Amino acid sequence: MDRVPILKLGDILIVSIQIDLEDQSVLALQEDLADKIVDTGARGVIIDITAVEIVDSFIGRMFATIASISRMLDAETVVVGMRPAVAITLVELGLSLGGVRTALNLEKGVALLNHLDGAQIAAAPR
Amino acid sequence: MTSPDEQLLPINSNGDVVLVRQQVRAVAIQAGLSLVDQTKVVTAASELARNALVYAGGGQVKIEIVRNGARSGLRLTFSDDGPGIPDIEQALTDGWTTGGGLGLGLSGSRRLVDEFDLQSAPGKGTLVTVTKWSR
Repeated sequence: MDRVPILKLGDILIVSIQIDLEDQSVLALQEDLADKIVDTGARGVIIDITAVEIVDSFIGRMFATIASISRMLDAETVVVGMRPAVAITLVELGLSLGGVRTALNLEKGVALLNHLDGAQIAAAPR
Repeated sequence: MTSPDEQLLPINSNGDVVLVRQQVRAVAIQAGLSLVDQTKVVTAASELARNALVYAGGGQVKIEIVRNGARSGLRLTFSDDGPGIPDIEQALTDGWTTGGGLGLGLSGSRRLVDEFDLQSAPGKGTLVTVTKWSR
């Protein structure tokens, strides 16, 4: 099973999904992220799905679950980089991802998190 | 009997579900489906393959290119020898689940394809056939 790496940038954890996710990898990522949020005291989580070709109901539910878990642990989640075909398919599938924040790209995702709780990002100008 | 336009893949593990997605994508491109239609049919395939794994403990899928006059399309036939579905209408309702999921696998897949056929009875396994045509 492949594990998805979690990067830390200031107060934000960044997960960039680059592989075709197995269900077990999805579940492992949820747990790894929860641990990492507590370990680092991160205030935000960004899930980058630029490279993801399909999001089915299982992966979609992971986004919602991660957003809920993060919120419990005092962090906000933003999903960034969704492809147009993925967005069209998700809506038709019936998964609206209510409760999951999205931004068009990583840069906008970071800006959104900063706006949300004033997190201090190492790379961002003060 | 298999022709070059037809292949059979097993669905016995989470890894197989990933392989099914990749193979369906490759054949969808071959069948001339647009990017959005490829994405829809691969997503439907992912849902149906997972259903076969979760509810029946495994199964198989036949992937074939079909033609209707000038149009070509992709047909997927998922079969399993699992417990079957007692109430098909209920199983096709949004939000109905017996597996702890969101209940969108069958109902959502049906919306993502052009043709959808589900045959099942208790103890008889389940056969789901879906077709997506190029536009």
